[in-house]
Amino acid sequence: MAKVLVVTSGKGGVGKTTTTAAMGVALAQSGQKVVVIDFDIGLRNLDLVMGAERRVVFDLINVVQGVAKLPQALIRDKRLENLSLLPASQTRDKDALTEEGVGRVMTELRANFDWIICDSPAGIERGALLAMRFADEALIVTNPEVSSVRDSDRIIGMLDSKTVKAENGERVQKHVLITRYDPSRAAKGEMLSIDDVLEILATPLLGIVPESEDVLRASNVGSPVTLNNPVSAPARAYIDATKRLLGETIPMTVPAERVGFMTRLLGRRAA
Amino acid sequence: MNDTAEAPRQLVRLRGRSYVAFVFAPAVPIVGWLDEIDETLKRSPGFFVGKPVVLDLSSVDLSRPAILHLIVSLEKRNIRILGIEGVDAGLLTSTMPPLLTGGRNCAIQSIEPEKADVKQLPNSLLLDSPVRSGQSIFFPEGDVTVVGSVGSGAEIVAGGSIHVYGTLRGRAMAGVNGNSAARIYCQKIEAELLAIDGYYQTAEELDVALRNRPAQAWLEGEIMRITPLN
Repeated sequence: MAKVLVVTSGKGGVGKTTTTAAMGVALAQSGQKVVVIDFDIGLRNLDLVMGAERRVVFDLINVVQGVAKLPQALIRDKRLENLSLLPASQTRDKDALTEEGVGRVMTELRANFDWIICDSPAGIERGALLAMRFADEALIVTNPEVSSVRDSDRIIGMLDSKTVKAENGERVQKHVLITRYDPSRAAKGEMLSIDDVLEILATPLLGIVPESEDVLRASNVGSPVTLNNPVSAPARAYIDATKRLLGETIPMTVPAERVGFMTRLLGRRAA
Repeated sequence: MNDTAEAPRQLVRLRGRSYVAFVFAPAVPIVGWLDEIDETLKRSPGFFVGKPVVLDLSSVDLSRPAILHLIVSLEKRNIRILGIEGVDAGLLTSTMPPLLTGGRNCAIQSIEPEKADVKQLPNSLLLDSPVRSGQSIFFPEGDVTVVGSVGSGAEIVAGGSIHVYGTLRGRAMAGVNGNSAARIYCQKIEAELLAIDGYYQTAEELDVALRNRPAQAWLEGEIMRITPLN
């Protein structure tokens, strides 16, 4: 059974595209047939993060409007053969998406893939609504700060009311993924704690991805972090989250501050 | 010119209307039958008051004086006869009720006054999932109960009281229809705004000592009181 997973957040810059790419790779590496779709029409990024920006011919809008066939628009990843990308159009805007067209694309993709990951644009308008419209599961990407958490709360409300599943009286299965978690700032109390975030969102946690240079480095070379440096802390967090998504039970680890040898020696004094 | 204007002619309109009448079919002996009527009246006096009654004489053979006697006997019991059927027209005098024909049988509908069958509208609303940011619950009919939290940026507007079994982070407006007895209860108070019957307090005015505690808010005159529960 194919599953449509929407990666959404409400707020921009929290890591939706990074997460889509990283988890798309991790799912593909575990043997699933995966397609990642960029719904950010007009501000596309997923092609860059996936390193496919120079291979884009047709895009989602072309397929939705019937200008191109789905196989023509899909870009198969060069490194992983069961991972594909359906890019967004950079020259159009979100009004070019139609519900009927998106529904048709989803139905066609469901027949050919195990996972359809929709990278939602920020905001709560048409683009974000159509990205979540046909979802079976939702990954709510949240940073541990109040504005991001409140926006996520808003998005969860919409997942519970504006999706096809919700309208049919079913429920979209929701997961929270906390990204850009900074252990040193968390220790100083400069960020919301994991417990605070989960208390506010009242939604199960799928994983905690630490803030890391590795993510930025991976994006810059057009390779998802799970592919670029699979042993890095964020990559391991994404791989664990992917396993949990597939139903495995993996203990949750809260990233801790890496303490240097000298700091540890000196730190003792304070106690 | 004719100066005595003729009065405009009044149009006579005839309308048909049908009524349901009780039909009495007396049986011989008439005295015994009248006793039966008396029994009925003893059980429920006034049973026939104001009800149209028709005498069906088709099963008895009565003379003119006997018919007259019967009518008078019934009148003594406060039963007035609307018409008579099943009898030869020649037997009736002009002072007697008129002869009726063409009556049809029908079921007599319940004589009890119909009870007002107005369903009581529910005056409380129960939500058993969290109220998320951006959602607005508007229920002017009565109380709202939330089993879960009310997110920052969410609002609940109720005609009655508001109960939140979770953290209240959004806005709660109770008693919006001028119900100053309405109250707001929550398990943890972090509200952006509390209002009862138009009197409100924002988060800024909220006592810091109350934060994160179970609390209730109510109106004392024009002052909103917020106190911890337990």
